[in-house]
Amino acid sequence: MIRPQPQSLKDLFFSFTLLAIQGFGGVLAYMERELVERKKWLTRAEFVEEWAVARTMPGPPALNLSIMVGSRYFGLRGAIVSVAGMFFLPSFTIALMALAYARFGADPHVIDALRGMGAVAAGLFIATGLKLLTALKTNPLGVPLCLVLAFLSFAGVALLHWRLVYVMLGLGGLGYLLTFIKLKGQR
Amino acid sequence: MTSPLSVVMQWADWFELLAHFFVFSVSSIGGPLVLLPEIHHYLVTQQQWLTTAQFSASVVIAQAAPGPNVLFVALLGWNIGFNAGGLLTGFFSAVLCMVGMLLPSCTLIFITAKWVYKNRELIAVRAFKLGMGPIVIALLIASGWMLATGNTEAARDWPLWVVTAATTVIVARTKINMFWLLLTGAALGASGLLVVS
Repeated sequence: MIRPQPQSLKDLFFSFTLLAIQGFGGVLAYMERELVERKKWLTRAEFVEEWAVARTMPGPPALNLSIMVGSRYFGLRGAIVSVAGMFFLPSFTIALMALAYARFGADPHVIDALRGMGAVAAGLFIATGLKLLTALKTNPLGVPLCLVLAFLSFAGVALLHWRLVYVMLGLGGLGYLLTFIKLKGQR
Repeated sequence: MTSPLSVVMQWADWFELLAHFFVFSVSSIGGPLVLLPEIHHYLVTQQQWLTTAQFSASVVIAQAAPGPNVLFVALLGWNIGFNAGGLLTGFFSAVLCMVGMLLPSCTLIFITAKWVYKNRELIAVRAFKLGMGPIVIALLIASGWMLATGNTEAARDWPLWVVTAATTVIVARTKINMFWLLLTGAALGASGLLVVS
């Protein structure tokens, strides 16, 4: 079976433009749906693997991911085209929204509408995360250990408000070490 | 349109602004939003290049707008430039801040991506991508959780939590276009149904 992949730089640009312009409140939920569920450029497990790198490196995680995907197929040109795609339309819409906000931002209806959208956006993040959890089925650490690591990270950041860097170094480091030992043992 | 603050920017100031965003860029592990306190401290408290109201509005607008949330940096730049001169200075400053925020991190991830792909069979690389998986997924769920619960009180805002929970179930279970959900959320909010009085 031939693996689906972006056909051209144009395809790459419009794919990212399309998902960026839909991405109210953050683009990651739309990236998962477009790249994994619709275009199938990545499997869900591959998406999680790329996301691990994109999220650990400095920079906006979704943008990092788009650069990783773009450069994989078309090198530097792919990376530039992906970034351009992510910002092309949103730059215009954000300018329009800033103008609208200057005029209507104090209106309580607008504030309540934004809070309603924020609540939906939060649900999009959580749902995407839950869907990605299913990709851990094939993780060499095994499902129970993965879930323990995930739960501790979630509790640390969301409930106990630990600093992100410590969670990444501590629990991330632990996950890395355990996986390393496991993979070494399989050889 | 008049600016709420009058600022004088010399070439040295623009340069310093760019240099500071370079530093923010390489330290933005987990995304630029993590650095909001530091950026606020530098731009509003220390340099006084824009007001707290302008800062907060930039973040709110960028989170409501489609596209990467890092666009709040463009709005911050826009406000600084607008305070310092006007429309043209605003455009210049918006581009300057975005270049500062993105050029270092994008270069870094480009180099890293290449290296990671080339060495994808190494155990060290595979262990990283697989071992970090549970943690980075949890962080995504955590950011949704914090977005849902930040600035809310149970007695007054429980309808917002219901919206988040309903969205989570619908998106996880169906293939519905997420735009309609956002529109519904906005409509419910504007109609006042989400606030218990």
